[in-house]
Amino acid sequence: MTVLVLLEPRCKLTDSNLTTVSAAARLARRLGVELHAVWPGKKVEDQLALLAGLGIRCLHSVEDGVLPQFSHEAWVPFLADLARFLETRLIVAPSSALGKAWCAALAARLGAELVQDCTALEAAGDGTPLVEKPLYAGKIVAALRLVDSPALVTLRPNTVPLERTGEETPDIQFHSIPASNGLCIIQDVVWFAAGTVELAEARVVVAGGRGLGGPENWPLLRDLCDVLGAALGASRAVVDAGWIDQAHQVGQTGKTVSPDLYIACGISGTIQHLAGMRRAGKVVAINKDPAAEIFRHCDYGIVGDLHEVVPALTRELKARRQPVA
Amino acid sequence: MIKICVLVKSVPDTASMPGISEDGRSVVVEDLDYVLNPFDEYAIEAAVQLKELHGAELTAVSLGGERASQALRSAFAMGINNGVLVRAPVATEMSGRGAAVCLAAALREMAPDLILAGKQAVDDDGAQVAERIAEHLGFAHASAVNHLEVKETSLTVKRVFEGGYMVLELPLPALVTTEKGINEPRYPALPQILKARRKPIDEFMVSEPVASLALGWEVESLTVPCPERRRQLLDDNVAAGTAQLADLLRQEFLS
Repeated sequence: MTVLVLLEPRCKLTDSNLTTVSAAARLARRLGVELHAVWPGKKVEDQLALLAGLGIRCLHSVEDGVLPQFSHEAWVPFLADLARFLETRLIVAPSSALGKAWCAALAARLGAELVQDCTALEAAGDGTPLVEKPLYAGKIVAALRLVDSPALVTLRPNTVPLERTGEETPDIQFHSIPASNGLCIIQDVVWFAAGTVELAEARVVVAGGRGLGGPENWPLLRDLCDVLGAALGASRAVVDAGWIDQAHQVGQTGKTVSPDLYIACGISGTIQHLAGMRRAGKVVAINKDPAAEIFRHCDYGIVGDLHEVVPALTRELKARRQPVA
Repeated sequence: MIKICVLVKSVPDTASMPGISEDGRSVVVEDLDYVLNPFDEYAIEAAVQLKELHGAELTAVSLGGERASQALRSAFAMGINNGVLVRAPVATEMSGRGAAVCLAAALREMAPDLILAGKQAVDDDGAQVAERIAEHLGFAHASAVNHLEVKETSLTVKRVFEGGYMVLELPLPALVTTEKGINEPRYPALPQILKARRKPIDEFMVSEPVASLALGWEVESLTVPCPERRRQLLDDNVAAGTAQLADLLRQEFLS
C-alpha cells in the first residue's frame, strides 16, 4: 500500500505542491506506508532539490518528450496504471485548476471517490484518511472519512504547514511507456508576467470593493500590494461592474483564499464575500460606513475613506521598512 | 445541426445560510431558496450563443427530482429548447462519482456533439461530475474555460490556470466546463419565464446497478466555522489610525 502525491506540471514546484507533499507524508507515516510522488512534466532531476527532506521515497516520471506536458489525456491513463501498480490507498494533489481537473479524470478512471479543495488531511483513529471539506463555499465544514480505497483528495494552498526534515532526496524511477498525444491539441501555453502573486496562493491579499469608486483607483490598492508583496482581490460587485478581471474575484463564485492577512478596502462584507475569505489569518477592514458588515468580521478596522486611508497606510508601511538607525 | 447538452443543477441561493441537522450528520437545506447554479448560467449562455451563430439543438439535463426540474425551467427561460430530467434508481445521497454514472448513462443515449456545464456547483463545490462524465463517455474535455469557438468538427477553447492559460483544440464530441467571464448571461424576460413553466420535460430512468452509485465516504461531523475576530476599531483619524495599523501589521506579519 502507498500514498501517492500528484505534483503539478507547472514551470516550478510552488509552495502549494510542497505543503501537499508534507500533508501526504504525515498521513503515510501514520499508515506506516511509503510515500511516492509523480512528476508529470519535464526535467524530473530539476525537482529533486525542492523535494529534499519531504519524506518522498520514490519520484516517478517518464522520459522527457514522451508525453506532452499539461495534457491530462496523455498522463491520466499512466497515472491510473501507476496508482493500481503501487496499490495506492490515497492520491493527493494541490487543488489548483490543473490539479483538480486531472484528479477528476483520474478518479473516473479508477472508479474512486474524490474530494476537492480540502483544508486538512489526517488519519482517523483506525487509520482511515479523514479530510476537512468546506461546503457552500465554507459556510459549513464537513469532516469526511474516506472509507473506499483508493480515494483522491486535492488540498487548498495555505492550509497545511510545510515540514522539511533532513536533506534526503527521493529515488527517481523512469517508466517507459508508449508516446501518447490524446485527442486534444495543445496549441499554445501562455505564461502571465512573472512577479504577479497568485491570488489563491498569496500570503497577503489586498481586496477592493465598490468603495473604490471606480477602476481608475486600483493603483491605490496596487501600491499597497507592492509594499506588502500581496495579491490583488476584488468583490463580486466590482467584477460584475467590469472594473477588474474575474480572476481577482474573492467569494462564493470567485476564489476562496486563506492568506495570513486579508485587507478589505471599501468592501461591505456580503455573506458570499465572507465565505471566500473566512479562513484568512487576520482581517483588516477599511470602510467609510461604520455600519458595514465587514467590521463584524475583522480583527482591525479603520472607519474612513479608503482614498485617504490606503495611501496613508502604504506610506506608513514604507516608512517602517527603512532600517532603524 | 450539432446537438448540445447543458448540465444544470439547482443549488441554494448563495445569499442563504444552510443549517446542520440535530444529529450533526446532514445539512438542512429544505427551507432555503433554490436558484440555478451560477456557473451553469455561463454554460447555458454559451450554448444559446452557439445556436444563434451556427444553429444547434439544445437540451438541458439535470439529475434529481422536482428541484432539478426547476433548474431545467430556468434553462428554458434562458433559451434552451428541451429538458431531460435524469432519475436515479436510489433516493439516497450520491457523491459526484454516483451522479456522474447516472448522468453519463443518460448522455450516452442522447449522444450529443458537445456537452457544456458550469465549472462547479456552489453547493458541495464538488468540481468533478462533468469531467467524470467526459471520461465515462470517452469525450475530449477541458475545464474552466473562459473562451470558446466551435468549428465544423472541433472547438477551440482558452483554459485559464494559475499563472497562465492554454489554448486547446478539442475534437467533437467534447465536454467543456465554463468559468465566469466567458460571456454575460442574459436575463430571461417575463414571457420566457412564463412559457418555461409550461414546457414539457422528458425523463430518463437510470438502470445502472445501485452498487455503482454508493457513497464512498462517511460524514464524521459537520460544523459551522466561526472564526474568532478581535473587531478592534483603530483611531479614525487617518494619520493616527494608519500609523497604529502599520505598527500592528509590522509586529504580526512583517518582522
